[in-house]
Amino acid sequence: MPRLADLLLLLVMLTSFVVLGTTRLSTCIRAVAFQGLLLGMLPLALYPNGELHTWGLAVGTMAVKAVILPRFLSWAIREAAVRREVEPRVGYALSLLLGVVAVAAAFAISTGLPLPERTREMLVPAALATVIIGLFVLITRSKALVQVVGYLMLENGVYLFGLTHVERVPFLVEAGVLLDVFVGVFIMGIVVFHINREFDSLDSARLTELTDR
Amino acid sequence: MILLALIAVPALAAVGAYAHRAAEWRAPWLVLGALLHVVLVALAWGSSTGRVFGGWLALDALGLIVLSTVSLLFAVVASYAVGYLRRESPRGGRAFVSCLLAFLAAASLVALSHHFVLLWVGLEATTLAVAPLIFHRHDRRSLEAVWKYLVLSSVGIALALLGVFFLATAQAGAPAGRPLVLADLLRDAARLHPAWLKAAFIFLLVGFGTKMGLAPMHTWKPDAYGEAPGLVGGLMAGALTSCAFLAVARSTQVAVAAGIGPFIQPLLVAFGLLSLVVAAAFLIGQTDLKRLLAYSSVEHMGLSALGLGLGAAGTYGAVLHMINNAFVKGLLFLAVGNVLLHPEAGRPPTLSGVLSRAPVSGLLLLIGLFAVTGSPPFGTFLSEFAILSAAFQGGHYWIAATVLALLAVIFVGLAARILDVVHGPSPRSGEKARESPWLIAGPLLLALAVLVLGVFIPRALFEALSAAARALGGRAP
Repeated sequence: MPRLADLLLLLVMLTSFVVLGTTRLSTCIRAVAFQGLLLGMLPLALYPNGELHTWGLAVGTMAVKAVILPRFLSWAIREAAVRREVEPRVGYALSLLLGVVAVAAAFAISTGLPLPERTREMLVPAALATVIIGLFVLITRSKALVQVVGYLMLENGVYLFGLTHVERVPFLVEAGVLLDVFVGVFIMGIVVFHINREFDSLDSARLTELTDR
Repeated sequence: MILLALIAVPALAAVGAYAHRAAEWRAPWLVLGALLHVVLVALAWGSSTGRVFGGWLALDALGLIVLSTVSLLFAVVASYAVGYLRRESPRGGRAFVSCLLAFLAAASLVALSHHFVLLWVGLEATTLAVAPLIFHRHDRRSLEAVWKYLVLSSVGIALALLGVFFLATAQAGAPAGRPLVLADLLRDAARLHPAWLKAAFIFLLVGFGTKMGLAPMHTWKPDAYGEAPGLVGGLMAGALTSCAFLAVARSTQVAVAAGIGPFIQPLLVAFGLLSLVVAAAFLIGQTDLKRLLAYSSVEHMGLSALGLGLGAAGTYGAVLHMINNAFVKGLLFLAVGNVLLHPEAGRPPTLSGVLSRAPVSGLLLLIGLFAVTGSPPFGTFLSEFAILSAAFQGGHYWIAATVLALLAVIFVGLAARILDVVHGPSPRSGEKARESPWLIAGPLLLALAVLVLGVFIPRALFEALSAAARALGGRAP
C-alpha cells in the first residue's frame, strides 16, 4: 500500500499548515490530534505485513497522540478559560509562506542525503518539514498552549523519521519514547494551567520576571 | 541482577514513598532508597556485573564513574533532606520525595544504558522527574522557571532523539549490528556512514548539550537553579548535568571510534569556550547566589566539553572534572540552601555576614568557593590542570591562554560575591542560627571528598578514569 503511505504523509504536512494558518486555539489542537491519528496509521501503511510490533506502535501512538493528549489540552483550555485566539508574533500569511519554504527546504535537503534503501521517498522530507514547522510554531507563538502544540509537532516529525527504522528498533524502546512524550506534555499542560491561573493569561511572553540584573 | 536492582530499587522506593501518606515516613523512604543504591553501587565496583537484555544494559568504566558520582551525591542530598524536611514542608510533600527517588532511578538508567534510545529515555525521564521539584512553590517565579526549563529541555532532547535516529541511519551500512547498541556501534565504527554520523553528532551535541547547559543553550539554567530549593539545585547541577555529560561522552565515544574526531573535536572546543565566555560575562556583578552558581555550572560544563574536545589527557581531565563538579556543586548548593533557610533571608535574598551567624555554613561556603574555582589542593585543580595541559601539549596555546584568562575573571566574580556574603556585616549581629547536624554533615562530607580527590586518587578510581579516557580517544596523563 505505498500510495496510501504517501497520501498519509501528504496529509501530515497539510495538518502542519492548518496549525500555521489557523486563528483558533481549538483548531490547533484538533489539527495536531488529526496528525497523531495519521501518524498512528502510518506504520500499518508502510509495513503492511503487520506484525504485532507494528500494531502495538500504531495503537499506542493513536491512543496517546490522537486521543489522550488532545483531550487533555482541550481540558486545559476549558478549565483555564483561555482566550481562544492563537495571537502569533509572526502573521498568519507569513507563517504559511515560511511553512512552504520549510517544506521546499526539507525536500531539497533530503534529495541530497545518502538515504538507505527501502526508505520511502516522502518519509524523510515529511519528517524534516514537520520538525522545522514544529520548531517554528514554538518560536513564533507566544501562547504557552500553542507552544505545547508546536512541541508535539516537533516530536511528531522526529517520530516520522524514526519510522524509517521501525523494523530494527524494538517495541519496548518505542514505548519508552512514547511514555516520555506523554508525561512531558502532561506536565507541560499542568504548568500551562497554573500559568493561566497566576498570570490570567497563557502568554509565555509575560514570563519575564527572571532576568539578570 | 545488580544492574536491574540499581534501577528498580529507587523506582520502588519512589512508589513506596508516594503510597505512604504519613509525613514522618518520607525521609526514611528517601534515605533507605539512597543507602540501598550506594550499597548496590559498591557491589558493582567489586564484582563483574555482566549485561542484561542482550547488552542494552551494561556497566563500563565511564558508566560506573557517573553512576557512583550520582549515587554518592544523592546519598548526601538524601541525608540533607532529613533536616530540610523538618524545617520546611515543600508543597506536595510525598510527591517531592517521590520525584527525588524517581530521578535517581532515571539517572541510574542513563548510566547503565548501552543503547542510545534507552539512554534518551532515561535522560528525558530525569528532566521530567526534576520539573515538579522546581515547581514546588507554585508561585509566579517558579512557574516561569519551570516553563523555561521544560520547553528548552524538551526541545533540546527532541532534537537529540532525531540525532539518535540519524545514528541508526548511519548504521545502515553495517546491517549485522544490532541497531543503536553501543558495543555494536563501536565494533562496526569503520562502516558507519560518515555524513549521517556527522549530522547525528551535531544533533546529539546540541540536544544533550542543552541538558548539560552548554552556552548558548544554557538560558534555562539560572532560572531553574535560582528557583529550585537548594538540595534540588545541588542535584541538578551535580547529578543531572553528569548524566547529560555522559550522553555527550557516549556520542563522542562513537564518533571518535568511527574516525571523525577531527570533525567533532573543534565543535566541542567551541561550545566549551563559548560556555566559559558566557559564564564569565554573567558571573561578574551577579547578586543572586543560586544564579551565581548556575553560571558557575555553565562554566564547569564548558570545561568538561573542552576536555572532551581536546583529546589526549583532556578526556581524563573531563571525566575527573565531572566528578569534582558534582561534589563541589552539591556542597555549594547545600551550603547556600542552609543560608537561605534562615527566616531573615528574603526574596530575592539579600545576605551578608553568614560566617558570624551560621559559622559552619559560612565555612562550607568558603571551602566551596576555593574548590569551585579550582584552587589547590582541591580535586578541581587537578582536573582543570589536566585539561589545560592537554591544550598546551596539543599546541593550542591560544585556547589555553583564553581559558586561563576566563578562569581568572570567573574567580574574581565568584569570590567577590561569596566573600561578601560570608564576611560582610551581619544584619542582626549576635544572633546565632542553630545549625542542625543533618544540614551540615552532608556538605562537609562532600568538601572532604573534593579534598581527597585533590590529594590522592585511589588506584581503582585511577584505573576506571584511565579506561574511560581511552574509550573517549584519550589517555591518562
